[in-house]
Amino acid sequence: MKLTGAQALIRSLETCGTEVVFGLPGGAILPVYDPIIDSSLRHILVRHEQGAGHAAEGYAHATGRPGVAMVTSGPGATNIVTALCDAYMDSVPMVCITGQVPLAAIGTDAFQEADTTGITTSVTKHNWLVTSAQDIPRIVAEAFHVATTGRPGPVLVDIPKDISNAEMEWYWPEESDFDLPGYRPNLRPHPRMIAQAAKLIVEAERPVIYAGGGILKARASEALMEFATRSKIPVVTTLMARGAFPDEHPLCLGMPGMHGNYTAVTAIQKCDLLIALGSRFDDRVTGKVSAFAPNAKVIHVDVDPAELGKVRVAEVPIVADCRLAIEELTRAVADQAIKADREDFWATTPRHNWAEQIARWQHLYPMVYEPSEPGLPAKPQAVIETLRAMTPDDTILVAGVGQHQMWASQYWKFRHPYTWVNSGGLGTMGFAVPAALGAKVGRPDRMVWAIDGDGCFQMTAQEIVTATMEQIPIKIAILNNAYLGMVRQWQEMFYEERYSEVYLSPDLPDYVKWTEAMGGVGLRVESGDDIENTIDKANSINDRPVVVDFRIDAKEKVFPMVPAGQSNDDIVVGPAIEAHFEAVSKKGNR
Amino acid sequence: MSQKHHVLSVLVENKAGVLARVSALFSRRGFNIYSLVAAPTDDPRLSRLTIVVDVESAPLEQITKQLFKLINVVKISELSPDQAIERELALMTVQADGTSRSQVMELVAIFEGKIVDVGSDQVTIMMAGEPAKLDGFEQLMRSYGIVDLQRSGRVALPRLEVGRPRLRSVTGQVAN
Ligand SMILES: Cc1ncc(C[n+]2csc(CCOP(=O)(O)OP(=O)(O)O)c2C)c(N)n1
Ligand SMILES: [Mg+2]
Repeated sequence: MKLTGAQALIRSLETCGTEVVFGLPGGAILPVYDPIIDSSLRHILVRHEQGAGHAAEGYAHATGRPGVAMVTSGPGATNIVTALCDAYMDSVPMVCITGQVPLAAIGTDAFQEADTTGITTSVTKHNWLVTSAQDIPRIVAEAFHVATTGRPGPVLVDIPKDISNAEMEWYWPEESDFDLPGYRPNLRPHPRMIAQAAKLIVEAERPVIYAGGGILKARASEALMEFATRSKIPVVTTLMARGAFPDEHPLCLGMPGMHGNYTAVTAIQKCDLLIALGSRFDDRVTGKVSAFAPNAKVIHVDVDPAELGKVRVAEVPIVADCRLAIEELTRAVADQAIKADREDFWATTPRHNWAEQIARWQHLYPMVYEPSEPGLPAKPQAVIETLRAMTPDDTILVAGVGQHQMWASQYWKFRHPYTWVNSGGLGTMGFAVPAALGAKVGRPDRMVWAIDGDGCFQMTAQEIVTATMEQIPIKIAILNNAYLGMVRQWQEMFYEERYSEVYLSPDLPDYVKWTEAMGGVGLRVESGDDIENTIDKANSINDRPVVVDFRIDAKEKVFPMVPAGQSNDDIVVGPAIEAHFEAVSKKGNR
Repeated sequence: MSQKHHVLSVLVENKAGVLARVSALFSRRGFNIYSLVAAPTDDPRLSRLTIVVDVESAPLEQITKQLFKLINVVKISELSPDQAIERELALMTVQADGTSRSQVMELVAIFEGKIVDVGSDQVTIMMAGEPAKLDGFEQLMRSYGIVDLQRSGRVALPRLEVGRPRLRSVTGQVAN
């Protein structure tokens, strides 16, 4: 059967299981847009290509399936680079199709020509420039394969316009037809490494599981639950792993790192065995590396061999898919315990003391904040707690980047995997609105709320127009502190309150009017007293996007905090937690 | 160059842009390339890059692991200096007028080089050999006046006596 390259591309996307494409057309990709009309694909026309990229990411985060974005050459391609980089940092499976000028025009500085594969080499797992229409099915199949296997990531396929127009004979490749001689991700853990790890686990007195985003990528949440509960080891979940282990589980210690809670941070510092599962010792987690978990032996599981030993040398490095490794570990720990005649290894005195120590930290240093005064702007933490209480368990929470993101991660109680969508590695302001849109498209059955900052919102708000047009009822809570709040916090704490270029404005733009101009419903909450009513109203709207402008206390800071570059031992818990500590320790003394 | 260098023999797919990916990776990850030679192999689908890296610039293991993540990289053999036959080619144009010409020719003969071009007061010398030998020769020629120098960068293969090259595993497991 003869097809054009463009038809073959669309059919290849369909064959790979694509249901939704986020994109925006232009000259070089024009031929590809024509067969979309006759295809099964739902195309969502974004208002900026960065939005297409983040929407594809949101879709992938929420569904586990690769997000697909399609843009034109030159400015279309460069506009999506930020989203590709974001997906690369957070290992998000994503396939990006870009138009390119005709083959013969490449290198001539043709209209809207950019060296797309060159520009995106360092922000994609791999990319391809198609030079023959006949290659399209194979390359698209390879692209999906590379994006979704091993350590997932974004890939890009650049298609010159004449290749889209050229004829080819349709076929569909088998995996054995792939031309990827250098790509063989290793998924199976080495049995000897597993046995060594199991021995350390059985012998450990103060173990902690350091669960990262790899748990979610490997769909290993259930395996983690089994492993943690059987061996009774507490779990911290990094910013990328929130939801991978339920927050209200007795073994869950919550988020570690720069803005992690005291117990999660301190348990890692004091542990004697750190079991890193799909986590990468990011500097936002470790603080000063040389002072991180100084007494711990490390078991490190990652599907990407380059992560092992990159930051911290592990006593037991295991290259493997997280789910397979955890399942093997669970088995091996049981075997090891029997062999060592220590079937109750988790019930020893040191382990008991460790659990008590952790409970004591939790009691002394819980996540608390000062409530707002009546009639005054709400506390951001209260907005998040109220929202959590008023939404279904499996609500998908999306965040922008800044203080609001940290509060969202700290104060939301995650109960299910794949209910948290955020930009961790790159920290991309403007992520939330398009990512929420993508998540809702992928999971239309779920309620999707985004917690966004007033600064972030202004970067990609135009995608609310997309949401209205496509009837994607996302809900956005702007925590409006009238500041680039996270930067303001650093200037307050580390630059002697010299505020430089961080003031925005509470009223400009008028978020309610702006939302209404984009076809959504705009609501405003002026004081802490009206949070519930407004959330109620927002929850009842199901046919269009809603934006709630929550006026919050601009002086509120994110605590705890480990100042950048310092040891996690130097964690600053902030005034509210300190006051709580004073109060309970006094009571304890009486 | 100190003894802290290592030679990576990297088999890559013979496709457009592969060299750019490799060099982009080195610069992005902050690794230093001392020399890099790219050439076809006996298999038309593959090329071999012989990369000399300064191991002080980054742990060698990180370099090989990051390299291996490139989809187009098929195989990496790490050759430490004592396990490798390393050779390099140099072309060198040297001042050699009436008085010095015979001395230069003598030295070329001692070092088993070859005069490949002769001008009225200069000669061009070709010399192949171990990099250290070329270093020594270059040093000697300096006093006569080096007009032009082009070195090829190293190529390397594993030494036969010690058996097959020790392939440092890039999967974290032990490969033999
Ligand atoms: C694209 C981009 N530019 C700049 C930054 C640096 N930055 C990090 S947080 C932040 C402030 C975000 O302000 P806002 O969205 O209002 O959130 P808040 O911290 O006030 O909650 C900035 C400017 C960034 N992360 N991303
Ligand atoms: Mg703000």
